[in-house]
Amino acid sequence: MADETLDASGLNCPLPILKTKKALSKMDTGKILDVISTDAGSVKDIEAFCNQTGNKLISTVEDGGKYVFTIEKA
Amino acid sequence: MSDNKKMTIIATKGTFDWAFPPFIIASTGVAMDKEVTIFFTFYGLNLLLKDTSKLRVSPMGNPAMPMKLPMGPKWLQKIDFGPKIPNIFWSLPFTEHLATYLMKKTMKKNGVAKLDELRAMCQEFDVKFIACEMTVDLFGYNKDDFIDGVEFAGAATYFDECDGSNHNLYM
Repeated sequence: MADETLDASGLNCPLPILKTKKALSKMDTGKILDVISTDAGSVKDIEAFCNQTGNKLISTVEDGGKYVFTIEKA
Repeated sequence: MSDNKKMTIIATKGTFDWAFPPFIIASTGVAMDKEVTIFFTFYGLNLLLKDTSKLRVSPMGNPAMPMKLPMGPKWLQKIDFGPKIPNIFWSLPFTEHLATYLMKKTMKKNGVAKLDELRAMCQEFDVKFIACEMTVDLFGYNKDDFIDGVEFAGAATYFDECDGSNHNLYM
């Protein structure tokens, strides 16, 4: 179960990444953030973001054009 | 995680459409833990003005720009008017206003961030904005034409910012 949820539906690049960064910066290490996005580009981008920032992408779930990314804050 | 933590951008273009790439790349860079500096020079200075509402898209001499309507019936929205409209049309008064209006509307529809919003996010994430002093003077700007938090310096300062940076982009 996520500690925080960020709904970035309807937003396009780079807003889902920027909002994810903002949300994570307010959270403590080890906490879980769910990001909801409708931007197909964010599948690759969230993965790259986690790669570069050290945050852990736990899962990516797609459901009819809606993506849910579960991220553990590093 | 990467050890390459610095990035610089030279922003040289001042039309509404070209205002986006520097702020998109810079804000994403800082979100990914880079230290980012943008050096604004020549027409790029427009991007630092307090009032960005006067920035326009210029379809004149921009032949690759697709032009689709953001409203109306679906079949009409599919048509790319870009190659169909002769360049001479864009020399008529207010056609730039029309193109700018349509681009803003399309961006809103696609969930693209507003220019001022992206710029504010860059500042919130501590992107360093440097305005080229020489071109500020050349074009007769006053320092208070620009938003707060801008540094004024020259090309040597840009090179100092490049030290240790392996992403140096010219836009």
